[in-house]
Amino acid sequence: MDVTIIAEANKDGIHPVTAQMVTAAVKIGAAPTVLCPGGLGSDSAASIEGVGSVISVEGDCFASFDGGSWATSLNSASGSGTVFAAATPNGREIAARMAASRGIPVLQDATEISDGLTIQRPIYSGKAMETVKVDGDCVVTIRPNAFPAAGSGGSASVSTVNHSTDVNVTVQEAIAKASARLDVAEADIVISGGRGMGSIDNWSALEEVADQIGAAVGASRAVVDEWGLSHSIQVGQTGKVVTPTLYIAVGISGAIQHLAGMRSSKYIVAINKDADAPIFGVADYGIVANWEDALPALKDAFSSL
Amino acid sequence: MPNLDRGHPIGKDYPGVKMDIAVLIKYVPDSTAKITVSGDRVNESAVSKWSISPFDEYALEAALSIKESAGASVTAITCGPSRSEKGLRDAAAVGADALVHVAIDDLTSLDSTKMQALLAAAVQNTGASIVFCGKQAADTNAGSTGPGVAELMGAACITGVTEVGADDSGLSALRTTSGGAERVTLSAPCVLTFDKTDSELRRPNVKGIMMAKKKAIGSHDAASLGVDVSGSTANIASHAPPAEKAPGQMFEGASNVDDVVQKLRNEAKVL
Ligand SMILES: Cc1cc2nc3c(=O)[nH]c(=O)nc-3n(C[C@H](O)[C@H](O)[C@H](O)COP(=O)(O)OP(=O)(O)OC[C@H]3O[C@@H](n4cnc5c(N)ncnc54)[C@H](O)[C@@H]3O)c2cc1C
Ligand SMILES: Nc1ncnc2c1ncn2[C@@H]1O[C@H](COP(=O)(O)O)[C@@H](O)[C@H]1O
Repeated sequence: MDVTIIAEANKDGIHPVTAQMVTAAVKIGAAPTVLCPGGLGSDSAASIEGVGSVISVEGDCFASFDGGSWATSLNSASGSGTVFAAATPNGREIAARMAASRGIPVLQDATEISDGLTIQRPIYSGKAMETVKVDGDCVVTIRPNAFPAAGSGGSASVSTVNHSTDVNVTVQEAIAKASARLDVAEADIVISGGRGMGSIDNWSALEEVADQIGAAVGASRAVVDEWGLSHSIQVGQTGKVVTPTLYIAVGISGAIQHLAGMRSSKYIVAINKDADAPIFGVADYGIVANWEDALPALKDAFSSL
Repeated sequence: MPNLDRGHPIGKDYPGVKMDIAVLIKYVPDSTAKITVSGDRVNESAVSKWSISPFDEYALEAALSIKESAGASVTAITCGPSRSEKGLRDAAAVGADALVHVAIDDLTSLDSTKMQALLAAAVQNTGASIVFCGKQAADTNAGSTGPGVAELMGAACITGVTEVGADDSGLSALRTTSGGAERVTLSAPCVLTFDKTDSELRRPNVKGIMMAKKKAIGSHDAASLGVDVSGSTANIASHAPPAEKAPGQMFEGASNVDDVVQKLRNEAKVL
């Protein structure tokens, strides 16, 4: 099967999901061609094991993000067949537009794939799984961390093409995140707080523990709304869906809309004073305790690791 | 010439209306509803409550506030079985000017190409060149529809919008990016997909609810929109409940925190 992968990369380098997409492509018998929008990450892409070839797609339109022009340029640079992109916000947008322009279906957020082509994806925020059978070409986005990354022993050839397209979205201003903290959607460990933290004045207790282990700080919607925290750290149905290796929930009851955003984490630790809190239903390790006692203990335990 | 059937006549040719906005609203199981699977499919008849998909409510709210600040007509469009008309009435109760229902009995029988073709045709039929929708629907969690409809309309698109304003030169919006946010400008034709915004969602009052009951709904189906919905090439083979997770270990009191951290290191091997 012919698979073209749209690399996920930025100025800081290639995103690990790119090598994970290669694993998914190899699994269905492909030696994928990797397209690097704006040429970003092309050398790293060439060294991923299993990659057939790499194409740097250059063009003025790649200076800022306009999904429409990116998709048009990437479509001109790629052959027919199946396309993989990352199930990140930009990846999903590019995938949907490339598919619509080719008149083929798009399947978002695949967590499993098999030859033929069959894909599996979570729906209803993980309350159910869907298996879809595709006859013919399609565009698939791959959920980050759903597949192991391919190794780095490859040496594919890199070529460059130039395909620019008119840009219809003008960026007037980029506004950096208020804090330099890790993004909850990217971090390996997320530690989230909820209303049980009492007040915003106690938030630093959570941040201190997070800093100790290099974790991102997340929050329930209740505290984002009531304490004026940035929506970018909200975890859940109307916030971010996170799949870290470790999710620590502190003073969060575990409402169904919160679970929707974190239940697919690999390991979940819950700290709550109420033994009947629903969050314990998804926890691998549940600790019935006040955060006032548990967070200092967590700090001590982490510092003696 | 499109067959303009959207309930009643509205549009930028009328006084005070500077632009026509179509809002795509999907009527989905409420976020509190339990999702069960029976016979390899999500059991829709067991869903206790249906609602407008949460991000679509923010899209609608944004359109209504542009209507107030800049002057716009707002047409709510839904595609789905007859129960979806309730979603249109809910939209009318808070201020949508016109309602369009595209009748499809089983949305899960359509792949993205069919779904987007129907919605793009329905939008075109209203004459609107600005489309607001959710960044992803609560059932599919996909995020395909906005950019896909934009492609079919030959329109610009931005996703993850948290703020929008309109003036004579076009739209200015704030969109979420991996580095934070960007302020961007674009002009019609365009599609904006909404994230949660800071706006308080307006609630219907009694007068709004009464008016919404009487509001005409422009009815369409695939044939009247000229869309062939047969021949989806991506088809659902089955639905299943999520993999069962083994029950976790419970500990009483903060004195066990150290123990749990040791287990995270030695059992789970995540530290
Ligand atoms: C359409 C819709 C979308 C939503 N989207 C989201 C979403 O994206 N994300 C989200 O999180 N929510 C979302 N919600 C809200 C959700 O329903 C809950 O209201 C919210 O998650 C509750 O937040 P919480 O757990 O922080 O607060 P609470 O439910 O008030 O829970 C606080 C918890 O803290 C515990 N506690 C109290 N004191 C202490 C202490 N000293 N030490 C330890 N524990 C303590 C309590 O036992 C309790 O369990 C949504 C709701 C709707 C209707
Ligand atoms: N059947 C539908 N009727 C109306 N709007 C829809 C429909 N399907 C999708 N949409 C819109 O497109 C958005 C994204 O849907 P999706 O691509 O399925 O995640 C939704 O939030 C709605 O605004």
